[in-house]
Amino acid sequence: MTVLVERHAPANDIALKSKLAKADRRRKLQALGLIAPLFLFLVVIFAVPIGSVLYFSINNPEVGTIMPRVTAALESWDGDTLPGEPAFAALAEDLKASYAAKTLPRAALRLNYEISGFRSLVMKSARKAKRFEPPYKDALIAVNEKWADITYWRYLKAAGSRFTAHYLLAAVDLDLQWDGSVKPAPEERRIYIDNLARTFWIAFVVTVCCILIGYPIAYLIATAPARWTKLLIVLVLLPFWTSLLVRTAAWVILLQKEGVVNDALLWIGLIDEPMQLIFNRIGVYIAMVHILLPFMILPLYSVMKGIPREHMKAAASLGAKPATAFIGIYLPQTVPGLAAGCMLVFVIALGFYITPALIGGGSDQMLAYLIAQFATGTANWGMAGALAMLLLLCIAVLYPVYNRFAGSGGIRLG
Amino acid sequence: MTTQRLLHIALAGAVAGMLTAGTAQARDFTIASWGGGYQDSQRKHFFTPFAKEQGINLLEDTYLGGWAQFKAMQETNNLPWDVVQVETSERIRGCEEGLFLELDWSRIGDKSQFVEPAVDDCGLGVVGVSQLVAWNADLVKAEPTSIADFFDLEKIPGKRGMRSDPKGTLEFALMADGVEPADVYKVMSTKEGLDRAFAKLESIKPQIQWWEAGAQAPEWLLSGDVAMSIAYNGRIEAANKEGKNLKMLWEKNVLYFDNWVIFKDSPHVDMAYAFLKSYTDPKREAAFTEDYTYGPPNKAALQYIKPEVVAKLPAGDNIKDALFTGSEESVDFWLDNLDEITERWTAWKARN
Repeated sequence: MTVLVERHAPANDIALKSKLAKADRRRKLQALGLIAPLFLFLVVIFAVPIGSVLYFSINNPEVGTIMPRVTAALESWDGDTLPGEPAFAALAEDLKASYAAKTLPRAALRLNYEISGFRSLVMKSARKAKRFEPPYKDALIAVNEKWADITYWRYLKAAGSRFTAHYLLAAVDLDLQWDGSVKPAPEERRIYIDNLARTFWIAFVVTVCCILIGYPIAYLIATAPARWTKLLIVLVLLPFWTSLLVRTAAWVILLQKEGVVNDALLWIGLIDEPMQLIFNRIGVYIAMVHILLPFMILPLYSVMKGIPREHMKAAASLGAKPATAFIGIYLPQTVPGLAAGCMLVFVIALGFYITPALIGGGSDQMLAYLIAQFATGTANWGMAGALAMLLLLCIAVLYPVYNRFAGSGGIRLG
Repeated sequence: MTTQRLLHIALAGAVAGMLTAGTAQARDFTIASWGGGYQDSQRKHFFTPFAKEQGINLLEDTYLGGWAQFKAMQETNNLPWDVVQVETSERIRGCEEGLFLELDWSRIGDKSQFVEPAVDDCGLGVVGVSQLVAWNADLVKAEPTSIADFFDLEKIPGKRGMRSDPKGTLEFALMADGVEPADVYKVMSTKEGLDRAFAKLESIKPQIQWWEAGAQAPEWLLSGDVAMSIAYNGRIEAANKEGKNLKMLWEKNVLYFDNWVIFKDSPHVDMAYAFLKSYTDPKREAAFTEDYTYGPPNKAALQYIKPEVVAKLPAGDNIKDALFTGSEESVDFWLDNLDEITERWTAWKARN
């Protein structure tokens, strides 16, 4: 209809333009409407969880909300000399009120992150807070002389801020001091950087092993006759049908001292006494490579099956030796699959914890193990969040490196 | 799929959501325990008879350990359970934070009926569990006669299984180094004492194999992976019931009690008290030890248990020199020092 009218009517550029613009807008809105569910999905599945993890890692509400009076009283305190009677009175009042409301333990636990023993100082003082009489300074110091130690007051003040860098710094083995300065954590308590390095090293070795084993297998599947291809793919996928835990447990049985592997090696006569294959790094590598191998094989296979065989023949006919042809012709064409496989294996390996926990020894534990301990055990979500952010950040830093290596079409799974 | 159809589905979902929210208000009496065969046995000896007596529909759930599930309850104000079986540190924390009810013991029974560690302001002991030295009598030639032998690699060579947790392990190391159970926490509260505990473990560190789950200890003993292991007494007995020949050393074992606690805001507090009272029935407790050889909280239960079974329980003479990790001293020590010691422990374990 519109078209008909326009054809007969004198050309009206402005009206047409606005109509076109309107139609264009509608189309855009429609398009936006179509991607809205997907966008929402992305927000809900990715942005919100990551945002909340970041929030937990800096969130610091305990002391400020549970001990509001003393937090306010210390706001203008310079931290040079022991605070005066008003601060002590505010503390006594907070202890009394929060102890009765049963909220105090949370603040005490938070303070204990600053100085070990702060928790029982707070809780034990609070138990007697009902009987406190002015001057509160003397009363509190009489209960425990630690209240005369300025250090506790400094950290009480510091812990009162609404947000904190305490957890994020602790995740990289740094201690946030009361005045905002940062010091390395004491030698014997530095664990996270080491653990992070170990986590990356294990993921790296597992990825390399997956390439070495997965590449030939993917090549075999891609070049095998069709009926074999199906069978081989089923074999690769088979482990996916059982849970990670079951596969891990199976490796325990296979690798233990009197396990199948050792028995077989003994029987063949390769070894004289059982080898230690489990509760060390070797066991962790074996189990993780087995579990992650399909993530390497499948992307490689999908790329390899698209490479015409004639390429290699052409290279040979032009006089290239098999090795030269492979390096010059075949390998470069598989790089996208290789890159995708490496990325998948490496990133998934970074998050492993149950397999190293059950198969590894004391020095084979990965970062996710510590995160799980904080998240579920002591419910210290600040530390759990900070360590998760650390891991995420490292991956984010690695991603551009990967992209440069893999080119823009890096991840191509189909 | 039409928009209308989608709308219907969404509406149905919303209604279902409201219905479940509605039933959550009036949900049945719910108990959470540790799941698996353990909870099966509890069901057989305690839950089902209790539900029959009361004529109620009793629901069960599984508690996974740790504080995370409770933190979620606190933050969402949603209580899926009325009674739960917890370990010491969660019991204390929940009691202090007012999540668990402070018990009116007159509604459960006379405190003197129970072994001391089973009585707590917020918790009623469920089972006493001992962590002790165990070995496979079929594989170890020289048997350990004292806990000091656990650290004697010349007398008994081979790997040692230990729990991958500083709690209980550091105490054990100090006791093996000659510290009396009564002095353990005093010693460990000093820097020298803590160093001493770590040094004792260091002396056999290359031989230590750390376990995460209680089931691993008997497995390793049976497979010969370790010569000796720290283990839970019940796990060892369970293996022996299947015809294995594992032995235990009761000297200075590390004892703790799991506790029943009631949620303070539970809509079924009266039923919860009735449940706790029924759980103290000595005959039921005695019958339960046939399945799981853990220590009964009610002293009277021992008279219904065969002497040869009593000899395998964390009860009577077996716990006379035990270190109780549920004591106030122990709990205070660990709540104050857990974070610092865990970091040191993790760093120490990772060093070769």
